[in-house]
Amino acid sequence: MKRIVLVACAALALAMSPAAAQQKTIKIGFVSTFSGPVAAIGNDMRNSFELALDHLGRKLGGLPVEVIYEDDQIKPEVGVQKIQKLIESDKVDFIVGIIWSNVLLASLKPVIDSKTFMIVTNAGASQLAGEQCSPYVFSTSWNNDQTPQAIGLYMNQKNVKTAFLIGPNYAAGKDMLEGVAATFKGQIVGRELTRWPDQLDFSAELSKAAAAKPDAIFAFYPGGAGIQFITQYVQKGLKDQIPLYTAFTIDELSLPRLKDLAVGIPGAQQWVNDLPNEANKKYVADYKAKYKLSPSFYGSQTYDAALLIDSGLRATKGDMTNKDALRKALEKADFKSVRGNFKFGPNHIPIQNFYLQAAVKEGDDFRLKTVATIVENDQDKHVSKCKMPN
Amino acid sequence: MLYLIEQCLNGVQLGMLLFLLAAGLTLIFGIMDLVNLAHGSLYMVGAYLAATFAALTGSFVAGLVLGLIATLAVGIVLEVVAIRPLYGRDHLDHVLGTFGLLLFFNDIVRWIWGPAGMTLSLPSQMLAAVQVLPGVFYPMYRIVIILATLAVGGLLYVLVMRTRIGMLIRAGASNREMVSALGINITLLYTLVFGLGAALAGFAGMIAAPISFVQIGMGENILILAFVVIIIGGIGSIRGAFVASIIVGLIDTLGRAFLPDLARNFLSYSAGSSLGPALSSMLIYMLMAGVLVFRPEGLFPASRK
Repeated sequence: MKRIVLVACAALALAMSPAAAQQKTIKIGFVSTFSGPVAAIGNDMRNSFELALDHLGRKLGGLPVEVIYEDDQIKPEVGVQKIQKLIESDKVDFIVGIIWSNVLLASLKPVIDSKTFMIVTNAGASQLAGEQCSPYVFSTSWNNDQTPQAIGLYMNQKNVKTAFLIGPNYAAGKDMLEGVAATFKGQIVGRELTRWPDQLDFSAELSKAAAAKPDAIFAFYPGGAGIQFITQYVQKGLKDQIPLYTAFTIDELSLPRLKDLAVGIPGAQQWVNDLPNEANKKYVADYKAKYKLSPSFYGSQTYDAALLIDSGLRATKGDMTNKDALRKALEKADFKSVRGNFKFGPNHIPIQNFYLQAAVKEGDDFRLKTVATIVENDQDKHVSKCKMPN
Repeated sequence: MLYLIEQCLNGVQLGMLLFLLAAGLTLIFGIMDLVNLAHGSLYMVGAYLAATFAALTGSFVAGLVLGLIATLAVGIVLEVVAIRPLYGRDHLDHVLGTFGLLLFFNDIVRWIWGPAGMTLSLPSQMLAAVQVLPGVFYPMYRIVIILATLAVGGLLYVLVMRTRIGMLIRAGASNREMVSALGINITLLYTLVFGLGAALAGFAGMIAAPISFVQIGMGENILILAFVVIIIGGIGSIRGAFVASIIVGLIDTLGRAFLPDLARNFLSYSAGSSLGPALSSMLIYMLMAGVLVFRPEGLFPASRK
């Protein structure tokens, strides 16, 4: 009798084991900023990721998902700690998120050393597109200088002859100003980098910009800093005198705060909420229904990240062990992006369109709309510096 | 030259905001011997309350008035509930206790108002720039800030130097035991001073709100500057806080205006562009270090007899 029980147990164990293997959970470590002044950005990213999981039936590549959210507090040293913890003690399969370029640069090494897959959903440090590109790191956003390059082209179209450039003094700020300077054909009469993230007041810089008497000002200020900058720009009476061109300064998170102040100020972006593809219509409508808010480009990039992971795992049938196969599958980007066409360059940075967006008032509502396509299928200029191993 | 005048105005205006915050901080520190890290939270709460009331009433001025009253009430409740047990204890206890309050306020604000932040919009007639000198246009609202702060500073001076309550406040700063020995209700006096400090911080927050942005943690960066101001000016001295605020405002603004260009003359363009802002943000701390070395009691120490 005893033997029969044992055999039955063994048979049961045998029968169970493949099922247990199939029940592997995909663990995602999601790092963004959930506290302090820019928590709204982190929330938008988390909301979009959760919405994507809803759309995918709470499964990625058919496997159940566990997401661990971590707050980087907008500090590189905190970000790298959280990522090390996610890799070493939580043993996550993917790291997703990262808003800030300086946080990304600090965190790349532990990710690459541990060969953990990472989907960067915002930060676009130019080093990632160039010399520090990695087979395990993918971006669903852009390289920092692409968006300002697009606005630089638009400034040429608008016949701007002289420009004053301003942005915060950290990795992304420097990339952004370089980006405008790369395509803008006129003369740059001033270039200003300000304290980050704790600049209180832009009066000194705005006085300086006004004194330089340029045809236009370019500004890059993400989050609350952008609201401050534009408010002070308008209060100084500059809106009627010196037109402002922006990148990542007016978005769906800042527009409800800026309202009239933002109307008429152009910006460039790779995604706008009214892009007319089916995936985007579904994303925007369901986001509004679920959260009673409008999604921003931060969210759209994060939504795409979930779809990207799903496409990769579907191709490998949920196998995380063969990293090369998973990498090849991710490189195909076989999913319907909310921005329309989407494909990766050899450095894992998307090749994509950049649009001119404008803030408009419709009735009592303020919203962003696509005005024109500035560049089609734009590839970042750092790709030649990337030596991606095969 | 006109450009220099404009930048000096910017500096004075930043100094005025700092003064409102530093005056309350130095009163509380000088008289109650309390290190209050939650002072910046009252700045934030003032801004949130004013933005909320302005949205409810549709009037900027009504928002400020109601916000001010509400912040005063928050300050008084805070003193009675949370600050009182800290009196007479070690400064480390003050720092730990009020740091806890700072975290508490950040979370309760997130809980009530959400993480997205708010804006306090100016009435449209204040959105313009006015010509203060031929060729110098200056935002009207910033002139309003300078004038309003001067008025508040004047009122504060009259209150502290010319009234009976002010006399008690000054006496409390000089010799607390003697004041209570003379039968003055020192507990009530402390509540009053803390409430006054809270109202000043809240006022600073609400008048800064239209030029900045009402967000969680907005008081923390400016609080650091306010501490620098009271160290330079002399702890407990309102006159010192006033002068030091303007000095710090001017140094910070002029540093940002001129240092980057200066640095570029000596260094390569990109090195100068990075070094300039870094250097200008260090200037006021260098000044503070200098004051601590050569005049540790501050430039205008409160008289202690």
